[in-house]
Amino acid sequence: MFLQLLRIELFKIFRRPRTFIAFAAIAMIVLLVQFALKVNGKDFIQLYTDSQADTFDIPYQEIQNGYFVCVAVLHMILIHVPLLVALIAGDMISGEANLGTLRLLAGKPVTRTELVLAKFSASSVYVVLLLVWMALIALLGSLLLFGSGGLAIFKEDSIHLMNEQDVLWRFFAAFIFAALGLTTIAAMALMFSAVADNSLGPIVTTVCVVIVFTVVQQLKVPIFEETINRWSFTTHMLGWKGFFYVEKNAEGITIDGSIENPSSLVKSGLVLLGYITLFLFITIRYFKRKDILS
Amino acid sequence: MLTGNQNMSAVIHVKNLFKDFKDIRAVNDLSFSVEEGQVYGFLGQNGAGKSTTIRMLLTLITPTAGQIEIFGLELHRNRKEILRQTGAIVEKPDMYKYLSAKENIRLFSRLSGAKVSEKKMEDQLAMVGLADRMNSKVRTYSQGMKQRLGLACALVHDPKLLILDEPTNGLDPQGIADMRNMIIHLSKDLGKTLLVSSHLLSEMEMVADSMLIINKGKKVVEGKVAELINPVQPIVELITPDKEAALNFIQHSDWKHKLKSFTDGTIKMEFEKSKIPELTRQLVQQGIAVESIRPVHSLEDYFLSQTKE
Repeated sequence: MFLQLLRIELFKIFRRPRTFIAFAAIAMIVLLVQFALKVNGKDFIQLYTDSQADTFDIPYQEIQNGYFVCVAVLHMILIHVPLLVALIAGDMISGEANLGTLRLLAGKPVTRTELVLAKFSASSVYVVLLLVWMALIALLGSLLLFGSGGLAIFKEDSIHLMNEQDVLWRFFAAFIFAALGLTTIAAMALMFSAVADNSLGPIVTTVCVVIVFTVVQQLKVPIFEETINRWSFTTHMLGWKGFFYVEKNAEGITIDGSIENPSSLVKSGLVLLGYITLFLFITIRYFKRKDILS
Repeated sequence: MLTGNQNMSAVIHVKNLFKDFKDIRAVNDLSFSVEEGQVYGFLGQNGAGKSTTIRMLLTLITPTAGQIEIFGLELHRNRKEILRQTGAIVEKPDMYKYLSAKENIRLFSRLSGAKVSEKKMEDQLAMVGLADRMNSKVRTYSQGMKQRLGLACALVHDPKLLILDEPTNGLDPQGIADMRNMIIHLSKDLGKTLLVSSHLLSEMEMVADSMLIINKGKKVVEGKVAELINPVQPIVELITPDKEAALNFIQHSDWKHKLKSFTDGTIKMEFEKSKIPELTRQLVQQGIAVESIRPVHSLEDYFLSQTKE
């Protein structure tokens, strides 16, 4: 029955025109970034390499390849994708209440736990498809437009250089990690959705929570760094970046297949899984007891 | 397979049901039984607690106290088994507006856990008169069409029990007549048990075998419609051109205790129907012309008398 429910939920998601707004928005943003980098790529790289440029010559032409552009795209848009996820996940239960179909669903021989899990799984599938779409146009599109090569990543005080053959798996891993982060947002939006009887409230609430935690995280002041940011899901959602930071040997040469701080990645992954579990638990517990009056 | 062993003839058995919303008691110690094959009318004014009770029967709302058995099984412990055999329209039948009628009925048949063929779905839509519009988006439907689609979705998995909450709401006279005929067909021809709530009493009078009247969440009366419409002592309405003479005769005869009112030239009395010929004979013997004399106790009168403050 669960698979049947999941199929039904996916059918409903992908029969609604609003679902495709997110796909269109991502395509537009990626294309704009790719266009901007094609035209003003050197200026963009200079922004990040001001301090290093004094020390050594930056090979702008070699750096500006498809992989580099894809990472730039991910940096720019992954922070905004939660808004697109909230648009769908925040509507999953409250939208049905608003439409009047929740009472039809809940009066059928399916448990409310099954309903919540099916809706959560459908939201997760949507997240994965959104990322696959992003990967297709950001990674494949950029490789087609800019060609391939080794990847250079600028961190605050260092540059991480990766060989071309060591790059692709990092993108796959980063996309999987990003999916975990966005699924956390989907679980949170679903939790707010279970409480409300209209879609706007849960969507706006989710977006507000993401904005508040993102601002707190970007302030980078010790009081927040040592408290909220250590456990904030917005901090750990950025864990995907960790796949692009590599270890170096004693001679300062990057080690293929290495990750600079794998324990931090594992911790971020576990924290996000913890949030997903917590949000789902609250949603199921609340929804099972909810009187459906809509 | 439902294998309940209590109240086998009672498809629905509700006992001492209560529902409180904070400090408001919406349903107050309600008990009733719906027998197999019956059309059971569930009557009450708006806000009387009909929809709340129906939502409890469908597990949309948790009762504060009380017992609900359907098909002889306790509802909350056997929820899935019971709901597999139940179809329902709760208030207005809101469907997925961005889907077609056929997509909606397919979706709800799958949710019901039944394997329903495409042909059966199309037949069901044809039965409610939507054959020509089955591929149109529901957002283009009138209220009446949505109501019929709701009924088709409730029936598609061939349930034994149908719970219809205000099924004639928002329908035009033709729609109301169609719905009435459908209810009679489902009960008499297909043997289904129906619980139908309504505040349109005249409609209930025509379709229900038994009924329950509730007011402020409490049972007012329950019984066979025929008995409730025709109580032992109905109101008899006498219309005559010789009003003064007729009133004078009644007030000075054994009939004086039966007189209820005399307003706008209409005399209302309360006595057994069987005595109507006797009164008619005596009036004629007195030379009083009788234009009409008939029992007028309708369900509506009864309902209003039972639910008035």
